[in-house]
Amino acid sequence: MTEEIKAIKVRPLPKSETRKHIIVVRVQHNFGVLTRITSLFAGRGYNIESLTVGKTHEPNVARITIVVEGNERVVEQIIKQLRKLIETLRVRDITDVPHIERELVLIKVHAGEDKARDEIMRLVSIFRAKVVDVSVDTYTIEVTGDSEKIEAFIKLLRPFGIKDIARTGVLALTRESAKESLQEHRLE
Amino acid sequence: MPKKRGADIVIDVLLEEGVDTVFGLPGGAIMEVYDALFDAPLRNILARHEQAAAHMADGYARATGKVGVVLATSGPGATNLVTGLATAHMDSVPMVAITGQVPRHYIGTDAFQEADVVGITRPITKHNFLVTDIKDLALILREAFYLARTGRPGPVLVDIPKDITQQEYNYKMPTEKDVEEALPGYKPHYEGNPVQIKKAAELIRKAKRPVLYVGGGVIIGNASQELRELAELTRIPVTTTNMGKGAFDETHPLALHMLGMHGTYYANMAVYNADLLIAVGARFDDRVTGKIDEFAPEAKIIHIDIDPASISKNIHVDVPIVGDVKNVLQKLLKELKKKPVEWVKARESWLKQIEKWREKHPLTYQQSDKIIKPQYVIEEIYRITDGEAIVSAGVGQHQMWAAMFYKYKYPRQFLNSGGLGTMGYGFPAAVGAKLGKPEKTVFAIEGDGSFVMNMQDVITAVQYRIPVKIAIINNEFLGMVRQWQQLFYDSRYSSVCLAVHPDFVKLAESMGAVGLRATKPKEVREVLQKAMEINDRPVIMDFVVDREENVLPMVPAGKSYREMIVSPKQKGEAETMYLVG
Ligand SMILES: Cc1ncc(C[n+]2csc(CCOP(=O)(O)OP(=O)(O)O)c2C)c(N)n1
Repeated sequence: MTEEIKAIKVRPLPKSETRKHIIVVRVQHNFGVLTRITSLFAGRGYNIESLTVGKTHEPNVARITIVVEGNERVVEQIIKQLRKLIETLRVRDITDVPHIERELVLIKVHAGEDKARDEIMRLVSIFRAKVVDVSVDTYTIEVTGDSEKIEAFIKLLRPFGIKDIARTGVLALTRESAKESLQEHRLE
Repeated sequence: MPKKRGADIVIDVLLEEGVDTVFGLPGGAIMEVYDALFDAPLRNILARHEQAAAHMADGYARATGKVGVVLATSGPGATNLVTGLATAHMDSVPMVAITGQVPRHYIGTDAFQEADVVGITRPITKHNFLVTDIKDLALILREAFYLARTGRPGPVLVDIPKDITQQEYNYKMPTEKDVEEALPGYKPHYEGNPVQIKKAAELIRKAKRPVLYVGGGVIIGNASQELRELAELTRIPVTTTNMGKGAFDETHPLALHMLGMHGTYYANMAVYNADLLIAVGARFDDRVTGKIDEFAPEAKIIHIDIDPASISKNIHVDVPIVGDVKNVLQKLLKELKKKPVEWVKARESWLKQIEKWREKHPLTYQQSDKIIKPQYVIEEIYRITDGEAIVSAGVGQHQMWAAMFYKYKYPRQFLNSGGLGTMGYGFPAAVGAKLGKPEKTVFAIEGDGSFVMNMQDVITAVQYRIPVKIAIINNEFLGMVRQWQQLFYDSRYSSVCLAVHPDFVKLAESMGAVGLRATKPKEVREVLQKAMEINDRPVIMDFVVDREENVLPMVPAGKSYREMIVSPKQKGEAETMYLVG
């Protein structure tokens, strides 16, 4: 007991490394709820890297996935503030929880010569992407995956000349159980 | 059941919620509600400015603990509420603001007197609503009251389009259960974690130099009784924030009075040297902590608060306890009583040391028989009211003197804008307080600068015969700014001189109030005596005081307690002491 009580003497608050956090918020899907959430970030000078919203299987419940860059302390404060919102049902930082992370990206890339076209098609197949539009000198490619995969794909396409990119932002769900997670991995 | 207008539904909910007084000022978009008020069994106070109306509702709420209600029209009426809402938000005051909005089909068209009030007030309310369907009106209003008064209280705004107040609807009054069901995510923590409470008790038993640091949460949570029991049982001295004034009887021997920027020497020394700080319903405001790294550097910290977001916000807390303060203190007391300790002996040397600090630098000032010292006016107000008045204050030096030189014995006795620091708060808040507590003498201690920010509403107090006593501490300066300029900007008095004032006595008379003035120390008592005899209208007392008196002690902003300025001559004289125990 007494050992537990021994306080850690750190003042000011420990400053930890800044990293990317994935925060999942379930909210009542009311009028104005999204503004309430985004203005909470804006009002405190926190930067949102990506934010996705959509309805869930439950009526009047929406799920928001927010990616922010920050140290533990900033993120803890963000979470407390999110919890404080009246329409918030649940908030979780799932960064360190096993989870599935996906983003959908549309990339329009320059593809004039045959050599480039072949090379791009090879990448598309390796990354399990899909060409969704073709023109004389461009391919538009659709790809989904976690941030790492997306970044890697974009990096490899860059030399060909990217003309435009549209990203949805990250979506995430925690893994239900070890068994199912294994299955997920095998599928990949 | 007959159909009712939206406006009548509004009145029904107010009555259902037990509201007896509303403050406000009408206009086009809220005229239906005012029409319904015309024959409602409610006291309806017509203010002269919506900001003042909001502060009145706020003062009413702080003095009574009930929800204050303010009404305003769309656009400019609603935007005038902004400062009042922000003030209430920062200090967790339960309030419901009902604003008219342009008819639904005009919303978003830049219609006459349209403003996005829900957008504007989002960051300064606990929650806000735009009613878009008359079916939801009653439920939303009920939710507003529920949110305003539960958990960490705060202001809630309901914006109602005019066509909804006109529309007729056959409604049923929503029950408390309906309200709770409509708010599935809203679950304030009331309980307090038992493991943490045990840990806290253990720390209290072992502490040699503990201090209780008490904020407004103890007042809001009606936990004064429990706090007193805790302090007396464990013999722990108590210092309060400005918002915590009155949570602990300031005439009690264990009272250290206020801490922080204008805290007493002995409170700040005690906190600086403490080995355990028990923060109760307080939020470690920067006016309290000064330089964060050196705030209570030796202390372990226990923090009891209903708002999880307040915990470890800017200070690392060793034992956080989220819960209703009353509830948590009761459990903590129970836990402490399980293992008896010889508290008197345990605290002997610590309390002795604190007495030494108290004797070394008591709260004091240099009296004069030629010129009125502002502190003297406050002391005289304290004497003439037997310490029994409700006191409200504006913001500035007079606010700090009102906090230092009047001793508050009860919760809800001192009302001021602690969080936002709103000049113009004091007098209208006093009007609200007097309406809520008619049996009490209510004093507004005002700066000359603060008072003129809402003095139009003396007319309101005259109209409704509200006998508040306004004591203007008139130094013809924006005094607190002048003090900072003197101390930190080389005495360059930029834009702080208020030498051009109305004649406050004539001003009072022209508005139908009583005006009195004192320019010499010996007149102070006389003026106060006369003011005490007036019971049917407001009194304005113009106390012409020493223009360049400073509020001391003072810890300069962002500095450590060690750098406290104690008296006009000594600078940064505080001492360090880790010797006790
Ligand atoms: C609405 C508002 N504007 C500006 C300030 C900044 N401010 C803080 S104290 C102060 C001076 C107050 O002067 P006065 O009311 O005469 O009181 P004194 O300090 O002279 O006692 C000012 C301007 C404020 N707190 N509120």
